[in-house]
Amino acid sequence: MTLLVALTLFALAVFLGVELISKVPPTLHTPLMSGSNAISGITLIGAVVSAGSEHSNLTTVLGFVAVVLATINVVGGFMVTGRMLSMFNRKR
Amino acid sequence: MNSDSFNVENLINIGYLLSACLFILGLKRLARPKTAVEGNRLASIGMLFAVIVTLADRQILDLRLVGIALAIGAAIGAVLASRIAMTGMPQLVALFNGFGGLASLLVGTATVLMALDLKVTDVDDAMFVDKTFLALGALTLVIGAITFSGSVVAFAKLQELMGDRGLAGLRSFALASTTAIVATSLVLVLSPSPVWLWLVVAASLLTGVFVVTPIGGADMPVVIALLNSFSGLAASAAGFVLLNPLLIIAGALVGASGLLLTQIMCKAMNRSLPNVLFGSMASGGVVADADDVYGGRITSTSADEVAMIIDSAQRVVIVPGYGMAVAQAQFAVRDLMRSLEARGAEVVFAIHPVAGRMPGHMNVLLAEAEIGYDQLIEMDQINPTFERTDAAIIIGANDVVNPDARENPQSPIAGMPILDVDYATTVVVIKRSLSPGFAGIPNPLFAADNTLMLFGDGKAAVEDISKALAEV
Repeated sequence: MTLLVALTLFALAVFLGVELISKVPPTLHTPLMSGSNAISGITLIGAVVSAGSEHSNLTTVLGFVAVVLATINVVGGFMVTGRMLSMFNRKR
Repeated sequence: MNSDSFNVENLINIGYLLSACLFILGLKRLARPKTAVEGNRLASIGMLFAVIVTLADRQILDLRLVGIALAIGAAIGAVLASRIAMTGMPQLVALFNGFGGLASLLVGTATVLMALDLKVTDVDDAMFVDKTFLALGALTLVIGAITFSGSVVAFAKLQELMGDRGLAGLRSFALASTTAIVATSLVLVLSPSPVWLWLVVAASLLTGVFVVTPIGGADMPVVIALLNSFSGLAASAAGFVLLNPLLIIAGALVGASGLLLTQIMCKAMNRSLPNVLFGSMASGGVVADADDVYGGRITSTSADEVAMIIDSAQRVVIVPGYGMAVAQAQFAVRDLMRSLEARGAEVVFAIHPVAGRMPGHMNVLLAEAEIGYDQLIEMDQINPTFERTDAAIIIGANDVVNPDARENPQSPIAGMPILDVDYATTVVVIKRSLSPGFAGIPNPLFAADNTLMLFGDGKAAVEDISKALAEV
């Protein structure tokens, strides 16, 4: 993938991101934030590559810690979003 | 073309494409009440899929190590998510943002370090450490580090581990550390060495601290939304360094949606983002003297009197603010709402967009207390109805109900959209004291002829009203 392709993907995704949530009701502000925060834990897959590539001890340690942190972000983020949404649904 | 590695790489990229589609569908559904649960599920499936695809990558030599890290992270995340009280949600969101930012920072650091090593050991690969790569690496470090340290400070503030204001002097340091970021990044790109890498990280960490520390509690919804956006941009930047399309797309989606939310929050306060980050609220306008506003005009009331007033009310509007969260009064408020409804009154909640410490804070708290979301009315819809409201009960809100914003062009908060509670027949304000809100200005609402002040803790006061109501 060239830098230009990467930039293209980035720009299109930014516009898409704005469109996707442009009319989100205030009730969903918090769940949307914690849900999208969990998605930003996608850095996890970069961390997995770093941790598993056995380049040097330092990069392996950095990768290992990064995998732990990103997984907390991902698992915690999706779970807490689910918990919140189930409360919203209780009385509807 | 037919080599085995080419096929594996192709499969991985197709897997990432599917993941990206699941994220997009997930976000789209997460933004609609009826489909939000499904949206969250789709996004989490997308994430699981992305991890599995990555683990299939042959670059991963030590699967056991990665597996251990995944298990530790999943366990901690699950415990945090299931134990947290809804009142602690802003802190948790800040903390997760911080973890994501730090993870991106570490990934960026590891990748740049690897590249720097390669340059030393392998002459043929020297081209790999080109200036564009290093610039992108530096960008990842900067965004990741600012997200991390900014989120940690936000967490500390929300957890009340550190004070709210009086640190405005740090803003001048922010300028210095930002300059240091630019300078160290330039040197890292021009003469690559690990020392400069660590200096970029240090300068960025300090900048996050210097920028977020002086920001007061009432501006937290903006800060949290912005840090959320940053955690996405950090992931996206890491994607540029690793040339990973899924990181770029997912990070950009989150970054964009976070920025949109930030903009919504700023608009609700009638302030610009630079003003929130670098200005102080009371910098413009004339701050009235509290004694001039309140002197002799405050009417203090009792729970019994409030009970008598609302006993005969047809329509009651409850206005919650951060004070309700602090007092953990949402369940007491729910009980009051139910006994009023049992008496035939119509009870609704007026939600200001920036009430509380994060976007949607009040909605989460009231949902926890099983209050239906059709009873939570947004500012624009509720404002025209205050004129036919018998009683407005304000619990722990201040600046968002200050009529000066509407009527006094000299006020520091002039032009900020507010809830027009003063148009209600009777206004009951439950508050500990007459101390000002975040804007640091007196609120003429408290001195209005139709306002009664009920001084005390939010939860205790609401319980007292319920008790008195039962005896009326």
